[in-house]
Amino acid sequence: MRVLVVVRQVPDSTTAIKIRPDGQDIDRTGVKMVVNPFDEFAIEQAVQLREKRKDVESVTALIVGPAQAAEALRTALAVGADDGIHLEDPAFDKLDELQTAALIAAAVKAGGYALVVLGKQEIDLDSGQLGPALAELLDVPHVGAAVKLMLADDGKSFTAHRRIEGAEEIVEVVLPAVVTCDKGLCEMRYPSLPNLMKAKKKPVKVLKAADVSGFAETVGALGGTTLHTFQPPPERPPGKMLDGEPEQAAQALVQLLREEAKVI
Amino acid sequence: MAPETNAPDFMGLAGLLTEDERQVQAAVARFVDERVLPIIADCFEHERFPRELVPEMAALGLFGPTFHDYGCAGLSNVAYGLIMMELERGDSGLRSFASVQSGLVMHPVHTYGSAEQKQRWLPALAKADAIGCFGLTEPDGGSDPGTMKTHARRAGGDWILNGAKMWITNGTVADVAVVWARTDDGVRGFLVERGTPGYTARDIQHKFSLRASVTSELFFEDCRVPEESRLPLAEGLGAPLSCLTQARYGIAWGAIGAAQACYREALAFAQQRVLFGQTLVKKQVVQQRLAEMLRRISTAQLLAWQLGRLKDAGTLHHTQVSLAKWNNVRMALDVARDARDLLGAGGISVECCPIRHALNLESVITYEGTETIHQLIVGRQITGEDAF
Repeated sequence: MRVLVVVRQVPDSTTAIKIRPDGQDIDRTGVKMVVNPFDEFAIEQAVQLREKRKDVESVTALIVGPAQAAEALRTALAVGADDGIHLEDPAFDKLDELQTAALIAAAVKAGGYALVVLGKQEIDLDSGQLGPALAELLDVPHVGAAVKLMLADDGKSFTAHRRIEGAEEIVEVVLPAVVTCDKGLCEMRYPSLPNLMKAKKKPVKVLKAADVSGFAETVGALGGTTLHTFQPPPERPPGKMLDGEPEQAAQALVQLLREEAKVI
Repeated sequence: MAPETNAPDFMGLAGLLTEDERQVQAAVARFVDERVLPIIADCFEHERFPRELVPEMAALGLFGPTFHDYGCAGLSNVAYGLIMMELERGDSGLRSFASVQSGLVMHPVHTYGSAEQKQRWLPALAKADAIGCFGLTEPDGGSDPGTMKTHARRAGGDWILNGAKMWITNGTVADVAVVWARTDDGVRGFLVERGTPGYTARDIQHKFSLRASVTSELFFEDCRVPEESRLPLAEGLGAPLSCLTQARYGIAWGAIGAAQACYREALAFAQQRVLFGQTLVKKQVVQQRLAEMLRRISTAQLLAWQLGRLKDAGTLHHTQVSLAKWNNVRMALDVARDARDLLGAGGISVECCPIRHALNLESVITYEGTETIHQLIVGRQITGEDAF
């Protein structure tokens, strides 16, 4: 069985984000890029499967993105993925999730991957659509936001746990399938420095648009969404200070909450 | 492109690094952010060495990372420096632990050890299955190792060690001590294992610095070790001094991390603290102090980077390491003290990092050659005159 992990590179959540003056993107100068935290769970899960199970032959990490995205791919390889696919072409820069899913599906459909894992959402644009769309385009079942994943002994199906409102849902799925991962599934180990160095020697296939058969027809036919502009959220209006004795202040507060804010 | 003022990386050190070096730094930075920073103030306050982090550091490959063999990563010396910088952004005590394990224990075993010694110790030290310490300094004089009193005399095929060592990082937690002793043939190095009869270690109490790291005294009383425990290629004082050059190199980088941590905390405080109706950052005197910190951190970064390039090229001279250790640790101590002061009353609490770093750096400026010693080493290089 071969496993595919889809990895995305996102701005580090501790970085202060500024929107570019033209509103078309964030200002990426000096912004630290990291592996999408939800994809980290997927990487670790895939690597653990390969370490524990003899029937898991290989783990392939895949990323769509510019040259810099190779760093995220290298992290996945350092953690334990065996090889990588880097879909890198200016033509891929503006794809939305559905188009990206179509691109990935076109690139990997001949790869024979029994299990595709990725994070349930990306922490930058937060759409959460890539997993379900990919499953649809690969025509396989999809399990969303798994917190536990157990492969059956025969390697033909798996059981996944999902956290739902007030309960945990347990589903059984026949492979091939796409699983998106939620926090709680597992924590990614730190890539060790020797493994980071060895990761450089692992094979990475760089694919351009022309290398993906059917890219132009499939993705072009999908239409897709267009990003109009990024805007910062409106600034919060300043608070109002109530002076005076506590009794009067409390009275004034209740009055304001009722008449101005209309919340009570 | 506007210079980076938060890390700070004003002169663009990141752009001078290779992709390998950047990824190594990012990996270690993450470890420090997630595993070290949440616990380190408490360790310092309660004088506790966070031993639980040692296996994690070993799994990351932080020990002996420049070696190409024995399961080590084979990194550049610049990458090694970046590791030290990130660790010391956490705490000088933790960086000291790593410095000793890599620069003062694995380095002499790798450079001066026999094939058997290397095979026995280097994989274990890299995995931290064994912890090491380095015994050179003695109670009666750290800056003048030539007056070493610890001695080893031959007894049949063995050696009998007598003497004491002081201010030894990792002493009581070490499985093996690299011990330097006078012999009839000059200074020699010995690998003394924990539990060897006649070898004892005791922690030094009442430290107000490096409280998250273990500092000990070692005692040797008719301690018998076999000839196979002697480092065969180490002859004379030059051997331990070459180890010090390794450690000093790491310190020159490490101190930058401590200064960065202090600068960041001072800057964040100055951005939100309102005094006389204005945030502190709007005051000329505060801007001047922040600019001064940034200037000194930036020059230290470039100095360390050039030092690393010289070391990678194999042309580094030990007096250049002295100059950088002197400059960078002095810079870090001054930045830490000034950041402590900028934080006002809150700055005396260990909840803010500058006082912890400032106290730690009092040790860092003293060990591995005091500031004065490094000035005299550089002075001797200028004048040709020995003025110690």
